[in-house]
Amino acid sequence: MKYTFMGGVHPYDGKDLSKDKEIRVYEPQGEVAIFLSQHIGAPAKALVKKGDRVLKGQLIAEAGGFVSANIHSSVSGTVKAIDKRRTPTGDMADAVIIDNDGLFESVDFEEVADPSKLTGEEILKRISAAGIVGMGGAGFPTQVKLAPKEPDKIDHIIANCAECEPYLTSDYRMMLEHGDELVGGMEIILSLFPHAKGVIAIEDNKPDCIEHMGKLCEGHDRISVYPLITKYPQGSERQLINAVTKRRVTSKMLPADAGCIVNNADTMIAVYRAVAKGEPLMERIVTMTGDGIEEPVNLQVPIGTQLTELIEAAGGAKEGVEKIICGGPMMGFAMFDTGAYVTKTTSALLFMKEDQVSKEEPSPCINCGRCVDACPSRILPVKLAVLADNGDEEAFREYNGMECMECGCCSYVCPAKRQLTQSIKTMRRQCMRKK
Amino acid sequence: MLTVFVALLPAAGFGVYLFGPYALLLLIISTLTAVITEVIGCIILKKKISISDCSALVTGLLLGLNLPPGAPWWMAVIGSVFAIFVVKLLFGGLGQNIMNPALAGRCFLVISFAKYMTDFSVHTGWGYLPDGMTGATPLSMLKNGQGADVHRMVLGLHGGCIGETSVIAICIGAIIMLMFGVIELHIPAAYIISFAIFYIIFGGHGADPYYLTGQLAGGGLMLGAFFMATDYVTSPVTKPGRIVYGILLGILTGVFRVFGSTAEGVSYAIIISNLMVPLIDKGIHEFQKKYPDIVFWF
Repeated sequence: MKYTFMGGVHPYDGKDLSKDKEIRVYEPQGEVAIFLSQHIGAPAKALVKKGDRVLKGQLIAEAGGFVSANIHSSVSGTVKAIDKRRTPTGDMADAVIIDNDGLFESVDFEEVADPSKLTGEEILKRISAAGIVGMGGAGFPTQVKLAPKEPDKIDHIIANCAECEPYLTSDYRMMLEHGDELVGGMEIILSLFPHAKGVIAIEDNKPDCIEHMGKLCEGHDRISVYPLITKYPQGSERQLINAVTKRRVTSKMLPADAGCIVNNADTMIAVYRAVAKGEPLMERIVTMTGDGIEEPVNLQVPIGTQLTELIEAAGGAKEGVEKIICGGPMMGFAMFDTGAYVTKTTSALLFMKEDQVSKEEPSPCINCGRCVDACPSRILPVKLAVLADNGDEEAFREYNGMECMECGCCSYVCPAKRQLTQSIKTMRRQCMRKK
Repeated sequence: MLTVFVALLPAAGFGVYLFGPYALLLLIISTLTAVITEVIGCIILKKKISISDCSALVTGLLLGLNLPPGAPWWMAVIGSVFAIFVVKLLFGGLGQNIMNPALAGRCFLVISFAKYMTDFSVHTGWGYLPDGMTGATPLSMLKNGQGADVHRMVLGLHGGCIGETSVIAICIGAIIMLMFGVIELHIPAAYIISFAIFYIIFGGHGADPYYLTGQLAGGGLMLGAFFMATDYVTSPVTKPGRIVYGILLGILTGVFRVFGSTAEGVSYAIIISNLMVPLIDKGIHEFQKKYPDIVFWF
């Protein structure tokens, strides 16, 4: 049996470019800039000052509130400054800038021989200390997610291995190369929730992963692999919960209200490393891909590495590249400056030879309803986009505009090439500011 | 839109085969007038000229297919101008019209020139149908209690509007549109099924398959169900809404055919249902808000 949700689209997936490229470790040469806010919630407070020498894995900023995360250095070197730097999403934000000495001297990590002997409190403490956040894109602090109000009601722990965004292959490579750690992370999280079963949810365009993870799960009674029908946005939290449990999650609910906790594959592996090995989150996989890069590759890079270095590591951009996207093509951000730095949630850099989107001239809406069929949130994009363009905030809310998760399906299917998601997104920002 | 135009060609071709070259002339006049009206209208209203979306082409051809084969040529002109300029452009152009332009044009002609619009005699002798064949369409024969040859009705070898006679030609067009994903079955299926049920209950002949087939094959029902009721602009956006819309169409068509004074009812049923579309959309929205857990399977 395969699982899925209502709506969604089937974009060209482009994963062949980089899916067979083994993860390559990349060590940065120049300075690294580690942002103080790489997560949802309060920014972290810097603990170092200019001139301090830091080691790899050293805590350089501590969580600035309940919903916040610790930040660690990913290289060894001297703190050059705490200054504004460009984030991949285009903003300028405070970062600890470290002059990398190229030695990668590390602090000692406190390993635990048998993670199953730890108490729940100890596990959460170790996760919290490691500064783990949701690495799929949202960046929600994991220790907060794993401490719901009523832990007994949680009956599903879902490892989100759908990776439904086209082109991205970081989760795919992690599953194949570090699948055992993923299962280990799942075991650790399951030990926090006695009534839960573990679900590793993988889209069926990755049959080798389904098989590989299936083998690794043998002997683990509480963990099973669920194949999902390949469809975007299968890896969206709400859609994944709906596919696996048939429960419905609205914008007013947390996944925990539906008895589920969803963690991205990368995040689960980070949890394992934090709890069992004591390693903080200081590296991640970045997929360099697209038809505009010389050598598509999956790089394991320290957080804070400048993107220009990664482009060089991937052989450089081809001539005539028109668009660079940080993240996947559906929900990623078009970049105007490659001088940004890797954060905990930077999953890919996508190089497009041709900017296919901006060439399209939108034509009038003819009410065909394709967007309504494709919308995974079951709202009416056609109506909402008109309300958004008219600035009618009240009616926008009335028509459940806030349920939108900006997945982009409506813009993708629109035969008139109207920019529905963009209109709705703008209106949502406006509504959220007024809250 | 071009697909719809192509899908209409079998029905148009059959109409020309049946009624002769004058029918072809009417189709060409109505289509050309529609396109020219769109160009001139856009210039007058200072809009971007929008003929490249092919919707004027479809509207013009549909209007032509809805004319009797012997209609005077100027009626095709008036109908197309009314459909494109008044019903479509004055309401804001593509996507903004509240009624199906071709059908609104047809209704305008039926009301204004009832004599010509109900005269189904053929004047030229070049088509399949014999020259000077006059008299009632099979549907009005059924209505008046006379029997009609249902086999000929399904094949389309009888009098009627140019494009509505052959169920087979229309179905070929419908299959083309379904294959290319231009339309889905929700509206036509809901329309035809609810119409059949209505007729079984109120038609006075019970579930007589012969009579029922005659009713389904007769008049503009098939053309309306596949080509005009499915017009995106004037149908609901949600799937449940489309089903409600189809059922409404079936009931209205049934009411007009059983209780009305004329044998036909499809055009008015579609026009009235078009006007209900905003209400249907609103109603479905309210329903889903009240019962968010009900998920429709289609």
